[in-house]
Amino acid sequence: MGRLIRNAVSMLLVMTVITGIAYPLVATGVAQVLFPHQANGSLIEKDGKPIGSELIGQNFDDPKYFWGRPSATTPQPYNGTASNGSNLGPANPSLHDQVQQRIDALRKADPGNTAPVPADLVTASGSGLDPEISPAAAQYQVARVARVRHLGVEQVQALVAKFTRGRQLGLLGEPRVNVLTLNLALDGMQHD
Amino acid sequence: MTANDFLQIGIFLVVLLLLIKPMGSYMAHVFADEPNRLTRIGAGFERLIYRICGIDAHEDMGWKHYAIAMLLFNVCGMVLVYAFQRLQGYLPLNPQHFPTLSPDLSINTAISFATNTNWQAYSGESTMSYLTQMAALAVQNFMSAATGIAVLIAVIRGFVRKTAKGIGNFWVDLTRTTLYVLMPVSFLLAMLLVSQGVIQNLKPYVDVPVVQTTTYANPVTDAAGNPVKDASGNPVTKPAQLTTETLPMGPAASQIAIKMLGTNGGGFFGANSAHPYENPTPFSNFLEMLAIFLIPGGLCLTFGEMVGDKRQGWAILATMLVIFIPLAIGVTAAEQAGNPILHTLSIDQHASGLQSGGNMEGKETRFGIAASSLFTAITTAASCGAVNNMHDSLTPLGGLVPMWLMQLGEVIFGGVGCGLYGMLAFAVVAVFIAGLMVGRTPEYLGKKIEAYEMKMASLAVLIPCALVVICTAIAVMTPAAVATVGNPGAHSFSEILYTVTSATNNNGSAFGGLSANIPFWNVMLSVCMFWARFTLAIAMLALAGSVAAKKHVPASAGTLPTHTPLFVTLLASVVVVVGALTFLPALALGPIAEYLMSAH
Repeated sequence: MGRLIRNAVSMLLVMTVITGIAYPLVATGVAQVLFPHQANGSLIEKDGKPIGSELIGQNFDDPKYFWGRPSATTPQPYNGTASNGSNLGPANPSLHDQVQQRIDALRKADPGNTAPVPADLVTASGSGLDPEISPAAAQYQVARVARVRHLGVEQVQALVAKFTRGRQLGLLGEPRVNVLTLNLALDGMQHD
Repeated sequence: MTANDFLQIGIFLVVLLLLIKPMGSYMAHVFADEPNRLTRIGAGFERLIYRICGIDAHEDMGWKHYAIAMLLFNVCGMVLVYAFQRLQGYLPLNPQHFPTLSPDLSINTAISFATNTNWQAYSGESTMSYLTQMAALAVQNFMSAATGIAVLIAVIRGFVRKTAKGIGNFWVDLTRTTLYVLMPVSFLLAMLLVSQGVIQNLKPYVDVPVVQTTTYANPVTDAAGNPVKDASGNPVTKPAQLTTETLPMGPAASQIAIKMLGTNGGGFFGANSAHPYENPTPFSNFLEMLAIFLIPGGLCLTFGEMVGDKRQGWAILATMLVIFIPLAIGVTAAEQAGNPILHTLSIDQHASGLQSGGNMEGKETRFGIAASSLFTAITTAASCGAVNNMHDSLTPLGGLVPMWLMQLGEVIFGGVGCGLYGMLAFAVVAVFIAGLMVGRTPEYLGKKIEAYEMKMASLAVLIPCALVVICTAIAVMTPAAVATVGNPGAHSFSEILYTVTSATNNNGSAFGGLSANIPFWNVMLSVCMFWARFTLAIAMLALAGSVAAKKHVPASAGTLPTHTPLFVTLLASVVVVVGALTFLPALALGPIAEYLMSAH
């Protein structure tokens, strides 16, 4: 028994060095050489300073911007240090009420638009940090953004098309639009 | 269901079958008794490890010796993980200065990771230092996976060997699994994940200014940090300005790779594989899904090669697929149909070329319905427990599928190693039932199945079932546990049932609305995880020791062949009947009641 305990403890320490120290450090080193942009968070930089990440969404509720997925993180939406979904059950009355409030907010920002709202624009994402919306959710907002910014609808359409990505490799996942990069491009276009 | 939904399931199955064949033969080489080209390459390094640890690699262990070594090693692992958490505040690589964790949470996490469950009553990005993640949690991801595979290999040896005393050497099986199987594949997967955007660094969190400042309701806390409530019990809030966003950092990819491959499932971040830094693209999602089934699927074929009849392995794999495919389609269909209580609102839940539609609450846009639902079925069929969408927000029938997949005992692929040895227990039960029908002593793989084997197989099948039912009953009678549910009505019972099911079957996924970080849950779930994991493993090792000592009986006209469609049907029926008989009453009170009430 004494020998078995010595075997177990030393095996655990050896394996901790191999899989818990060597493996992650080598992986970090190789990743930093091969894919430095991705390994460090796919940051978007402006004048050498990070202003966001392509992968982590931000909260938008101003009519001049495209809005992203509702976020259920607390206390503030899109809280990068507390990723989470709402975990509301499908029949929970709060879910019904929250979706209704989100529809009302979208309607208030764009009174003429009575089309049904695409599901992803009024339901909270799983991570609370979803950077993307469906092309349908972007289309729903094009007329509003164009009007508030005094831009042509075709101009905004073209920009949305530019930031729309299809299924990966033509097969996997869903088509989607990155909200933060689209909004940064909108701001950039009007500053020029 | 849309054509795309079927297409995504189809592509996954085709690529999976292409990958598990070479993986299965590769692992058969790793565990071959005679040295071969592969094990010669690493022989020097292996010898060095054995010398440091004082291990005699040629020692052939009997089943009791093997079981004690396995149990001791895992308990030492738990102690080390506990120590890392309790000392976290004093240890390096903690750029966010996270404090030391509470004793009950530390015990829960230690047992959770050492039993391959990875139930998480904490959120990684706000609790665990980089050192705890790397050197405590990820090490257990490797070691619990290697333990499961080692036990399986010993069980297979029991069937292969004739009149033998030993079933192998635990230390050698553990070392070879780690060095030849888990490490190289994890490293490759980690690099592929980084290429997609999974982070891998040791930097502190990054603050960025937000593009548009927003106002949010910030809860007011008193001097002690407790939330202030008004006269009617609602939290008091005051408006606050959101001007910066904090981006979490850390060595995520290396840990996520082994979390998928070892069917551990413990997320680096709270949102697990729904987090864009943990699973950034549809392709990373596809890789993660493949990684979950790669080893459990491959091991079926390793089993076939080791017992000298590949058809035996294919038959087990076919049984798993026969149950998995309809359930994967079921959860997808339920989610694609959308949430009925929202149909009255002005919302568009229909699939089109521009959106996936369906029940998008708790799901990520890049995965939509198809890739989220498939992930849900895979992660609960295997005892992985990583999630790329929030299971608590699944539709009633969509949530029933993952719950039931776990309740089947995690044998539909299941955890690495343990899924297959669980399925072999069911196979023993199946040949026994067939033997009863024709009145002959049952045989499996040339070994007579007698009273002792049946006792061990029955224990392996029944212990998890009994634990789930009993502990769910205890929880619903405990006011402190009932107070932790996050949803009203039948769904609150579903949350409790899911929690106990997940921990006991070593899955680790959650209906996350339930707040599990209270002493009651931390302690009871620790008992469930530990008890189910190790009694099952020890029962199967005892079975292996018993059949290893037996002679080989040649197949006769009265032997039931165990590689035929007939046996696949029989085995699948046994798994489904045991799962249905045990859990249908409980499921009727949870997801089925919720479905009937919301579909009126």
